[in-house]
Amino acid sequence: MTQPILEVRDLSRHFGGLVAVDKLNFSVQLGTIHGLIGPNGAGKTTTFNVISGFYAPTSGQVIYKGDDVSGMKTSALADIGLIRTFQGTTLFKEFTVIDNVRVGCHHMAKASFFSRITGLDRHIESAATAKAEETLEFFALSEFKDELAANLPHGHQRALGMAVALAADPQIILLDEPFTGMNPEETRHMMKLAHDVRDHGVTVMLVEHDMQAIMGLCERITVMNFGALLTEGTPDEVRSNPAVIEAYLGSAGDAA
Amino acid sequence: MPNRKTNLSSWALGTALVAGLIVLPHLLSFSQREIAVLLIINVLLVASYRLMTLTGEWSLGHVVIMGVGAYASALFSKSLGVPVPLSMLLGAGTAAGLAAILSFPLFRMKGFYFLIGSFAAGEVIRLIWKYFTNPFGGAKGLKLIPSFPDINLGFADISFFEPENYYYLCLVVVGLSLFILYRIEASRIGLTFHAIHWQDKLAEAVSVDTFRYRTLAFVLASFFAGLSGTLYAHYIGTVNPTRFDVEEMVYVLIWAIVGGTATFCGPILGVVVLTIINEIILRALGLDTVRPMIYGGILIASVLFLPDGLESLGPKLKRLFAGKRPSGQLEETT
Repeated sequence: MTQPILEVRDLSRHFGGLVAVDKLNFSVQLGTIHGLIGPNGAGKTTTFNVISGFYAPTSGQVIYKGDDVSGMKTSALADIGLIRTFQGTTLFKEFTVIDNVRVGCHHMAKASFFSRITGLDRHIESAATAKAEETLEFFALSEFKDELAANLPHGHQRALGMAVALAADPQIILLDEPFTGMNPEETRHMMKLAHDVRDHGVTVMLVEHDMQAIMGLCERITVMNFGALLTEGTPDEVRSNPAVIEAYLGSAGDAA
Repeated sequence: MPNRKTNLSSWALGTALVAGLIVLPHLLSFSQREIAVLLIINVLLVASYRLMTLTGEWSLGHVVIMGVGAYASALFSKSLGVPVPLSMLLGAGTAAGLAAILSFPLFRMKGFYFLIGSFAAGEVIRLIWKYFTNPFGGAKGLKLIPSFPDINLGFADISFFEPENYYYLCLVVVGLSLFILYRIEASRIGLTFHAIHWQDKLAEAVSVDTFRYRTLAFVLASFFAGLSGTLYAHYIGTVNPTRFDVEEMVYVLIWAIVGGTATFCGPILGVVVLTIINEIILRALGLDTVRPMIYGGILIASVLFLPDGLESLGPKLKRLFAGKRPSGQLEETT
């Protein structure tokens, strides 16, 4: 196996006495769609927040492309290509759709303060706008470009959230529950988008509750329970693993 | 060609405004000219305050920062003999530098906590001025601050003791500053400030260093607030800690809120309208001693009846006129 793009080693995160993530180990291979699942409260979102720099790990390491990045700031991680999205519709709702994506282009549109004031940054900004338009095209959102993000239908807002993340030049994109609150039609569309993003050369990792979506989408799945690793494997392996079924549905003994 | 038309009319409006500002001192009495100078200085103060609020943080230390510029420029020119134009730049730079240092403790806080933190930081600075007689002059402050040097153009001596000439100096400095402030806001820097205001987590996730940008907003706003302080110090010739106390800060807040903070012009509109009300109407009625009460009343009235500030009046009137035309009415109902 080649070097994984993302690796988590003995990762723990405590909140006071609560152990949210407990010595977790897994790795994500380059160019795959990798799922992280588990029952409610298993520590999936905390794991995401630690990987993306929102929390520092209590112990253990996050390795990105061979380098230890644990405890780095979110913006610094984003600079080197590790981008996350958020649960629900976290957007710049007061901005137009195109401005949302233009903010996403922050990384590629660096310019000096002087050139900003004098307007010498024009070529950088037009490149950023062109890229934003291209990204909107990719997500079939071009027609809403001058609409306020808040006025978009729910499904489009979710797609826009992914567009903002994709504009930031990710090498791996972490999707936090991308299918929550979606109807089957929207879920299918979102699954297609996740595939398209992967085919774009971006590794995709996602946390999700929707079992059907995750089984159809992911190549590898990591299952967590009570903050620790339960099992890892292909969708078929995970589906038939009795420990997973027990974690989700409870054992026969509990039911009695 | 509606686009060219609006372009043309905005050019015409701009030219008229500049022409009006140039002839203005000739239409005013001596004391009114002095008020006009202070008004222009306050325009810069409140415009710089708006830049700070773009990131969503409201500070209560902005007037103290203005005072830092005033004190620093006064000391540079008076005690160290630095030429006044240079000392003004150094004074503004000192205010910016102090803001950069204050960012480290202050931007660990957000929202209400930041507000209180900035107030506390400002009071500490003010108490330092009061406590250390050397070099800050204690509670009495600094006096006999060197004024802006005369300029000899060969055919004419321009003395900046004349409020009229100082008015033009302020007009140039503030005009240039407003241009820079406007360009900052119109550029990607402004977009990023807004983005941090609405969703700092998302901004951070797409590689915006939110701490750095908050600091940038604070430092830039402080530079221009400091600059307005230096304009003040070399005009009045004296500064003291009471001039920069929280009461003055409340006026800045009232100007910004009454004017509205959604657009660049809002706070400027607020300070201009309220100063005119204060200096012309209240003074004529002999009511200028009850200024705080009247200001309070105006604030309450504007929050109740014009929550988006004076700046929202323009579009509202436009809609009203458009609504009266039958075609406009049709559009409104569909």
